[in-house]
Amino acid sequence: MKTSMYFGPFGGQYVPETLVPALDELETAYLESMNDSSFNEELRMLLKDYDGRPTPLYFAPRITESLGGARVYLKREDLNHTGAHKINNALGQVLLASRMGKKRIIAETGAGQHGVAVATAAALFGLECIVYMGEEDVHRQAPNVARMDLLGTKVVPVTSGTSTLKDAINEAIRDWVTNVENSFYVIGSVMGPHPYPLMVRNFQKIIGEEVRAQMLEKEGRLPDQVIACVGGGSNAMGIFHAFIQDPDVALIGVEAAGKGVDTGLHAATISGGKPGVLHGSYSYVLFDEDGQIQPAHSISAGLDYPGVGPEHSHLAATGRATYVSVTDDEAVEAFRRTCRLEGIIPALESAHALAHVYRTAAALPKETIVLVNLSGRGDKDMDTILSL
Amino acid sequence: MNGISQAFDGKKALITYITAGDPDLETTAFLLKLLDERGVDILEVGIPFSDPLADGPVIQQAGQRALKSGTTLKKLLAMLASLKEEVNAPLVLMGYMNSLMAYGLEAFAKDAAEAGVAGVIVPDLPFHQSEELAGQLRSRGVDFILMVTPNSTQERLSAIAEKASGFLYCVSLLGVTGNEEKGNAPVEEYIQRVRSCTKLPLALGFGVGTPERAKAAASVADGVIVGSALISLLEPCGADRKQIEEKATEFIGSLRAAVDSAG
Repeated sequence: MKTSMYFGPFGGQYVPETLVPALDELETAYLESMNDSSFNEELRMLLKDYDGRPTPLYFAPRITESLGGARVYLKREDLNHTGAHKINNALGQVLLASRMGKKRIIAETGAGQHGVAVATAAALFGLECIVYMGEEDVHRQAPNVARMDLLGTKVVPVTSGTSTLKDAINEAIRDWVTNVENSFYVIGSVMGPHPYPLMVRNFQKIIGEEVRAQMLEKEGRLPDQVIACVGGGSNAMGIFHAFIQDPDVALIGVEAAGKGVDTGLHAATISGGKPGVLHGSYSYVLFDEDGQIQPAHSISAGLDYPGVGPEHSHLAATGRATYVSVTDDEAVEAFRRTCRLEGIIPALESAHALAHVYRTAAALPKETIVLVNLSGRGDKDMDTILSL
Repeated sequence: MNGISQAFDGKKALITYITAGDPDLETTAFLLKLLDERGVDILEVGIPFSDPLADGPVIQQAGQRALKSGTTLKKLLAMLASLKEEVNAPLVLMGYMNSLMAYGLEAFAKDAAEAGVAGVIVPDLPFHQSEELAGQLRSRGVDFILMVTPNSTQERLSAIAEKASGFLYCVSLLGVTGNEEKGNAPVEEYIQRVRSCTKLPLALGFGVGTPERAKAAASVADGVIVGSALISLLEPCGADRKQIEEKATEFIGSLRAAVDSAG
């Protein structure tokens, strides 16, 4: 390996031997691309002209007024092409795949946002694309399945194990092991074996870099708190990264508590899990005393995952970031409240971050600045909300 | 119980894989004794895991059946310990890293050694991550068995061969266990490449499911590993020992003959 595989003790490469040459090849190509000005220029152009970056930093006056405490800002990742931050990483990885001469793209998806982003990027580059999706999620997220189909991607329903995101990832890894010579696996979060956690974070760190400059321009100073939801944790790492060296900026990750962390029906991996190995890295994981991975539960399909990226585990262990959790009910309440107050329909994932603000920001002094990563838009969640 | 190296002594080794607890641990104990009596040289036993990403559908489902029957690593080790005096062939455990971490690597190494386990294979623990576990096992006389694959570089093969003990598990194809389609790939050149790096016995597995393929594999390697095919064959028997005995005896007999004829 050419760069460190670890964040503190977390990370590594817990994969079948067959994938080791592929991870080596990927690491080499990725590190080369980082220093390749033509790669960086092409990606910058795509993010600007195709995706619509930079996304705005928006002061939310009615949320702020209703709370009567901290000033609340939203980083509008919901305004990206395809409706979430996922496209930042999908464009980066698919561009890299294309430059490596790979003709076949594999991805997994839970809510379908990463699947749609990869399907979009694969269409843009004219590459074959296969997306694995738990059968349960195929039904829950039918509009996104239709979108991927329109974009020319083959969606494969996964019925093994618990038929959810973790099983879709298992299946994507099995496909990759089998077709490793011609395929590129586009992982959708800051998880998986090295170099994925590093690479995905670096493709997402543009969120924090933009918003840091935007905040300095608007307020002349950095925010006091940066808040983001955490499933695997890519939008959170994306916005946190630029602030890690600023000790006065509190970084707060909001996990999905589902029905409540003490009920066992949750996806709060850091709050309720232990260090273990899942999908190629050592990080916090939900598992029982025999080591069996426990199914996660969240109303938000994008947070419904029993693992979390290794860099988050490290930020939690060192205390640099704090991790809290929000229940399904609190997230739904925050979802509705944001629609009414700001005319913005947030993704249910992002609604978890907002719920933490609604819970805490009223008690903060008026000069406090709270920045929330509004990671995606909530059109995809209409069926879930209307069925409540 | 014999050691791993004896299994390759003067003959081609026949190695079988079954998932512990499929359909229950009592049946597994019965089957291990039976396979031993019928001439299997190494008994590989899978630790059932919820997310076995190196396995194809057959072993995935065997693992699900085993978990449903309440199998845990703790119960499995207790069962193996009780079998110690009754089985001649060395026992090799195959399991995923999270199962071992949840148990505790040191406690696992200690309890596995006490249960008479001769070797351990961890399909999601590649060579460069294996130092701690390998050390824990080897200090207690248990082999940590490493895997190599057709796409392993020469440099890596040499590094793995230098640290390996017991035998080298040569994955025959790029893929997961039980891949019938790819099981036909020619392996002569691959096995020669591995052999140039090590004096350890080489066992070929993944996609070796019929006596014909076992014979072909044994003609180039020192041993063959048959898993998914055996599990598929026995699945309809459930816990019916008479049926298991009939089917396993016939299948192992044909594999044994095929492997011996390649010697």
